Amino acid sequence: MTTESAGRITAKIRRGDRVFSTSTVIAGSIILAILAAVAIFLVVQSFPAVVAKSGTLPNAAPNFWVYVGPLIFGTIWAAALAMIFAVPISIGVALFISHYAPRRIAQVLGYIIDLLAAVPSVVFGLWGANVLAPALAPFYAWLNTNASWFPLFQGSVSATGRTILTVAIVLAVMVLPIMTAVNREIFLQTPRLHEEAALALGATRWEMIRTAVLPFARPGIVSASMLGLGRALGETMAVAIVLSPAVVYSFLLLTPQNPETIAGNIALQFSEASGVGLSSLIASGLVLFVVTFIVNAIARYVVGRRKEFSGAN
Amino acid sequence: MATELAARPIVNSLTTGRLPRGSAWMLLVGCWILLGLVFLLVQLAGGTTSFNIVGTVFCGTILFDILIYVLSRLVEGARRAKDRLVTSLVTTAFIIVLLPLVSLLYTVVANGLGRMIEPSFFTESMRNILGEDGGVVHALIGTLEITAAAAIISIPIGLLTSIYLVEYGRGTLARVITFLVDVMTGIPSIVAGLFAFALFALITGNPGYRSGISGSVALAVLMIPIVVRSSEEMLKLVPNELREASYALGVPKWLTILKIVIPTSIAGITTGITLAIARVIGETAPLIVAAGFTTSVNYDLFNNPMMTLPAFAYQQYSQQGAIQSDYINRAWATALTLILIVMILNLVARLVARFFSPKLGR
Repeated sequence: MTTESAGRITAKIRRGDRVFSTSTVIAGSIILAILAAVAIFLVVQSFPAVVAKSGTLPNAAPNFWVYVGPLIFGTIWAAALAMIFAVPISIGVALFISHYAPRRIAQVLGYIIDLLAAVPSVVFGLWGANVLAPALAPFYAWLNTNASWFPLFQGSVSATGRTILTVAIVLAVMVLPIMTAVNREIFLQTPRLHEEAALALGATRWEMIRTAVLPFARPGIVSASMLGLGRALGETMAVAIVLSPAVVYSFLLLTPQNPETIAGNIALQFSEASGVGLSSLIASGLVLFVVTFIVNAIARYVVGRRKEFSGAN
Repeated sequence: MATELAARPIVNSLTTGRLPRGSAWMLLVGCWILLGLVFLLVQLAGGTTSFNIVGTVFCGTILFDILIYVLSRLVEGARRAKDRLVTSLVTTAFIIVLLPLVSLLYTVVANGLGRMIEPSFFTESMRNILGEDGGVVHALIGTLEITAAAAIISIPIGLLTSIYLVEYGRGTLARVITFLVDVMTGIPSIVAGLFAFALFALITGNPGYRSGISGSVALAVLMIPIVVRSSEEMLKLVPNELREASYALGVPKWLTILKIVIPTSIAGITTGITLAIARVIGETAPLIVAAGFTTSVNYDLFNNPMMTLPAFAYQQYSQQGAIQSDYINRAWATALTLILIVMILNLVARLVARFFSPKLGR
């Protein structure tokens, strides 16, 4: 006979279960605490710079926002330029690996692109300053003489090639692996039947990609680009090593007077900074943190519907 | 059969109006050779000092893109021409990406190998070094200690968090953690460095405090999200049947996780952690902010600045002394050492994944 008065069956509560589940919750909460701590410590340390009077800030800036303005401009301008190179190329490479390369070597080609991600950023910086910049300098001079009808190529040309355009190229190379990895995953997830239907209707390979793959992958491409943008905004060493900086708002690509980025500025100034100067560097880091946080949050929101790829795996 | 058919002089309706098989590849090689000759002539005429191989490959590929479109348009019509154009553009993108990779690896090996295999490089620090000698012992020790400490901080937190997300987490907290972990992967490394610096400046009350542990905390901030994400993926791969079989035998949940879930996925977790270490071991910016520079060996994580390999490479490049080539050589040799370390770690990770992962499919 069944006992009707037993009610709900409750699991036996074991001490081991309690300890274990609590410790995992604590670990998860530590992550929240770390992020909060990052924000709080940066805010506390940067407070003196935000309220600093004129005359105490670096670069003779009257207030903090005048000081950080050119840096924000440089950060966004360099990252935007890098995106102009990186977005089409990463889509092309991802398409090549997912849909064009022979199946057998496709995975090897993927590894080769991942190899780029294994190169430390300081090595990219050394390469950019010692190999890429001197190689591009004559090309820049040629552009400056022959293509100066294009407004961005005007101004006095840099003799060393260490301009914001070189930085943008190095940044593009550095963010390519993550963008390519995300794009590749998304292209591979296109429903097989859509592709085959397009081919069966007589589409060429490009028409199949245009009608089946790209519409499916559009949100993924957007978020891959945002992830790359986040990396490019925060990249430090390549900018610090390659760029010849100045305190300017300038769109010109080939001159020796280039706007510095926030991250590059911190790396260059940090070891000598103290007092308000130190605070202003930390405050500019806080600005960078907020900007990249917003960019990444948007990217995650867009890609959130497809959880499988996040850049960390 | 096949040879008989081919020998017949009739027009094959399947291949008319198409470029012959393999013509695209031949055209590509032909373009490279043509541009190679052009650049050779430029070099012989004194235009450039050495043969411009990058220019050859780049311009040759662009020429190929144009030629294949025109040819295909003439022979195959507009639609196929467009298809060929896109195919060649996509291939071009891949070749363009290979150029910096090859150039970078070549430069680092060519400039760094000679200095790296000198005995002084791995036996000396930079203490009291003014000439061409000196090595990276202090930086190597710093890198190993700081990275190990970062791993000790981040592996338990990361692993437990991923267990929480996979096994326990439901509702708002789990969703918030997932979102923030994803966003945390995008924190600029220099911001992590600034955070560690600000944290220890407040704790110690010394605004110029720099030490190894500070660098470790910075690296841990960067490493935790990577460990969480990769372990989470691996834990999710464990089949639910295994868990259910364990519960059916009356095993408590925590023992199921410890004895069933983790052993099943340990190879994948190890791979993920190794890749995470490989990712942070080359970080430069947080270390020059938080760990500082020094020329001597420092074993103490908690006092005085600690040199690391990436910071050493940066310092040798940015603060060159009287004889620049000495410093540049050391910078390249350090860069090569770093790349080798990262690649060995990657290789180890892939091998672990290959040989130790459980064979789920029979």
